[in-house]
Amino acid sequence: MPVFDPNTDPLGYVLIHLLGIVLVVVGVLLSLAFLLLADRKIWAGVQMRKGPNVVGPFGLLQSFADFFKFVFKEIVIPAGADKGVFLLAPLLSFIFAFVMWAAIPFAPEWVVANINVGILYLFAVSSLGVYGIIMGGWASNSKYPFLGSLRSAAQMVSYEVSIGFVIITVILLTAIKLAAAHQGSLVDAMNLQAIASMQQGWFWNWNVFGGGLKHLPMIIVMFPMMVVFFVSFLAETNRPPFDLPEAESELVAGYQVEYSSTPYLLFMIGEYSNIVLMCALMTTLFFGGWSPPYPTTGWFEGWSFLGIDASFWGQLHALVWFCIKTVFWFFMVAMMKAIVPRYRYDQLMRLGWKIFLPTSLVAVAAVAAWGVFAPLG
Amino acid sequence: MNAFLLQYLPIVIFFAIATVLGLGFMIAAAVMAPSAPDAEKNSAYECGFNAFDDARMKFDVRFYLVSILFIIFDLEVAFLFPWAVSLFGMPHDKMVYAFVSMMVFLGVLTVGFIYEWKKGALEWE
Repeated sequence: MPVFDPNTDPLGYVLIHLLGIVLVVVGVLLSLAFLLLADRKIWAGVQMRKGPNVVGPFGLLQSFADFFKFVFKEIVIPAGADKGVFLLAPLLSFIFAFVMWAAIPFAPEWVVANINVGILYLFAVSSLGVYGIIMGGWASNSKYPFLGSLRSAAQMVSYEVSIGFVIITVILLTAIKLAAAHQGSLVDAMNLQAIASMQQGWFWNWNVFGGGLKHLPMIIVMFPMMVVFFVSFLAETNRPPFDLPEAESELVAGYQVEYSSTPYLLFMIGEYSNIVLMCALMTTLFFGGWSPPYPTTGWFEGWSFLGIDASFWGQLHALVWFCIKTVFWFFMVAMMKAIVPRYRYDQLMRLGWKIFLPTSLVAVAAVAAWGVFAPLG
Repeated sequence: MNAFLLQYLPIVIFFAIATVLGLGFMIAAAVMAPSAPDAEKNSAYECGFNAFDDARMKFDVRFYLVSILFIIFDLEVAFLFPWAVSLFGMPHDKMVYAFVSMMVFLGVLTVGFIYEWKKGALEWE
């Protein structure tokens, strides 16, 4: 890929980034179409149904048919609704769900914005996601959306706290490894690219296993933190078993009740984009991101294929591993929907505040203590 | 241009593209889909009767409590970020000092947390 110097060739610099971003957006949208289908197929499979199987071979084109159906449906705006906010809410949900992909590292050199506070950026934008839901529920001026958005907001903020603590444990672990390797500035511990590359090599270098043989005792802390992160992100994205805001038997469809046509579609794409992004983040934080479970040093050196040089194939190899891990976690999310019964609201709040919060707080102290007092040589 | 700010340029472009795409979807439906509103269709979702009053009614005070607690703990997390990245760059004696200071801070917050718990702010029955 040609590199443009922003000072001498600003247009080329912007265009090359534009190209990369369009590639990411199109890639994410296409993957979402098939992951949505996979979600329905897995759910159907667990219940011994066939799932969507009419549009295209094995129903592969179902999501595209759904897309066109949404576009050709009437946009109904309730008479009592606040029109501007009503339409702004799904748009915000969609935008916030998508801009988060800017900081996700797909391969060692393939990331839209390699910012040194990548994880802070993700944390900040994912907090903003609450606004879309609150605004949607309030603007509808209808009872069910209002209740649904209240529940949803309370649930999302409750679990965001434990997600924050879990992220801190990963940053601490990365900082310990960076300090030991004397590599660059420690601020890079918040850079997702650095977090992923510090987990390279054999799979026991992944953070879920404590981040390397030297830190193996940390598996006692990091493995539970991985579980906390997984459950919290299910709650954060309103996925079953925590889909209380849209628990059909109680609240019809929660904050989305009054939405139809593409505004609803935007909410739905935003929700699924968030879920897949959280799977990708889970992969990056705990399962090595793009790094394969085996060392690849020197694999792609001085080698070319189809006239394209080695570095590209190395990146592609990493991208494939990134996708495999992300899809695996999406499969787990889909299985959770199929096999776990829905939580009650008080159980949900209890789990978030009384179990996850104290556990993750202790984990932060434990990882920090490990870095400070353990004889790491 | 400033190299530091240039890192964030792709995010701004990403933002613009996502906005255009989202607006595009909405406009596509507004242009292509039929539009035949009537009073029944535009009424708020209810169980077959008209809503008695405004839907933005009073709600449980516990939602406020949760958001207040959230602010406290999210701030705590925000304090932890700079601490986490700078802790291991120090010489060992200062590292221990920084570690202990943060543990005292977390301890004070934990006392507050225990108080909330005992007061029943975390109960949903």
